[in-house]
Amino acid sequence: MLDKFGIAKRIAQELKDGYYVNLGIGIPTLVANYIPKNIYVTLQSENGLLGMGPFPFEGDEDADIINAGKQTVTTLPGSSFFDSAMSFGMIRAGKVDLTVLGAMEVAENGDIANWKIPGKMVKGMGGAMDLVAAAKNIIVAMQHTNKAGESKLLPACTLPITGLRCVKKIVTELAVIEVLPNGGGFKLLERAPGVSVEHIRKATAGKLTVPDDVPEMLIH
Amino acid sequence: MSNKVYQTADDALFDIRDGAVIMLGGFGLCGIPENAISALLKKGTKNLTCISNNAGVDDFGIGLLLKTRQVKKMISSYVGENDEFERQLLSGELEVELIPQGTLATRCLASGYGLPAVFLPAGVGTEVADGKETRVFGDKTYLLEYAFDADYALVKAWKGDKYGNLIFRGTARNFNPMMAMAGKITIAEVEHLVEPGELDPNEIHTPGIYVHRIFQGNGYEKRIEQRTVRPRT
Repeated sequence: MLDKFGIAKRIAQELKDGYYVNLGIGIPTLVANYIPKNIYVTLQSENGLLGMGPFPFEGDEDADIINAGKQTVTTLPGSSFFDSAMSFGMIRAGKVDLTVLGAMEVAENGDIANWKIPGKMVKGMGGAMDLVAAAKNIIVAMQHTNKAGESKLLPACTLPITGLRCVKKIVTELAVIEVLPNGGGFKLLERAPGVSVEHIRKATAGKLTVPDDVPEMLIH
Repeated sequence: MSNKVYQTADDALFDIRDGAVIMLGGFGLCGIPENAISALLKKGTKNLTCISNNAGVDDFGIGLLLKTRQVKKMISSYVGENDEFERQLLSGELEVELIPQGTLATRCLASGYGLPAVFLPAGVGTEVADGKETRVFGDKTYLLEYAFDADYALVKAWKGDKYGNLIFRGTARNFNPMMAMAGKITIAEVEHLVEPGELDPNEIHTPGIYVHRIFQGNGYEKRIEQRTVRPRT
């Protein structure tokens, strides 16, 4: 079974040289720490920065340079700033290669719910609906089950939807799962170290296709 | 050219009346019109509809106007970083319309470009789509989203000249350029107000034609919401 750092490490393996990537808040943010050394990836922050660098050194914080989580960040050689309309324009136009998001639920057809829990204070969707409606490749990083032990990979979302048929892949503490096109359901691609296919089956409420051979993830 | 320069925020905001619809630039507390917010607070203008990505925190930004109950309605993408906001929302004192962030930005853009409406994909299949016209292009569904109609836009820039040309700094740019273009009356506050000719025309982000009033801001706090650093090694 993986911890959140393991999930981030496994997602980092999906990155390719030259990719422009948008990382959501939470586990997705951690992916930045595990970008393979031999490739160059540009991080997009939807509040208007391409080429997001690490947190500043103590004393170098600049209130005018923050990320979408409102944290102080830095620029890198080759960074650029732009306004919010252009930021979502480049996402909508398919220029961003990969988006990594957290989720509360993913349905077997790729629907995602990650912005609202009925009865709880609604804080808003921020950029989540724009990202899921437009991004061409979305990977979800999340726990396989919720705190009550119930599956978050469902036949259909029960929470208010953020976007329809948009998730392509899910990485959890148990598995890497593909969302098959045209309502084909979930397909198990890899198991986390030490996790059995049976365990994953039990934790997945939606339709799950299990190939004969499911390799264990390689986490470096 | 008529004079666009005002001496203070109070002067520049002189005619904003109760019930006005105002846009406020900024993302979180980054790039917000601090001086204009203080002037509204001082004026006590009520029943405001605020179009702004966020609603500030309890003791800064739009949060200050919420505390004094000057805001009737917030149109935002992400709110609730403040307790007073939550209290007013739950008690029904405050009306809130939540809009996807890119849709918010693009509806401002549409106003500034003279477009009555645009087709956008965000929110298709969600409660955001309720009651909206849809249209299919290719194999994708889009929502018809209307340009905003705002009485005022209050924006913050890094540098500006007396003709209203603006340059923003870092991610403090965010919603400011589109809102500057979208206001029926746009009021810009700047950290550095300079003479025409001092800014390189190649580097202007917002041409002065969009800016009706400009003033030199002062006392910028530029509060940081999440101070994240790494140790020097």
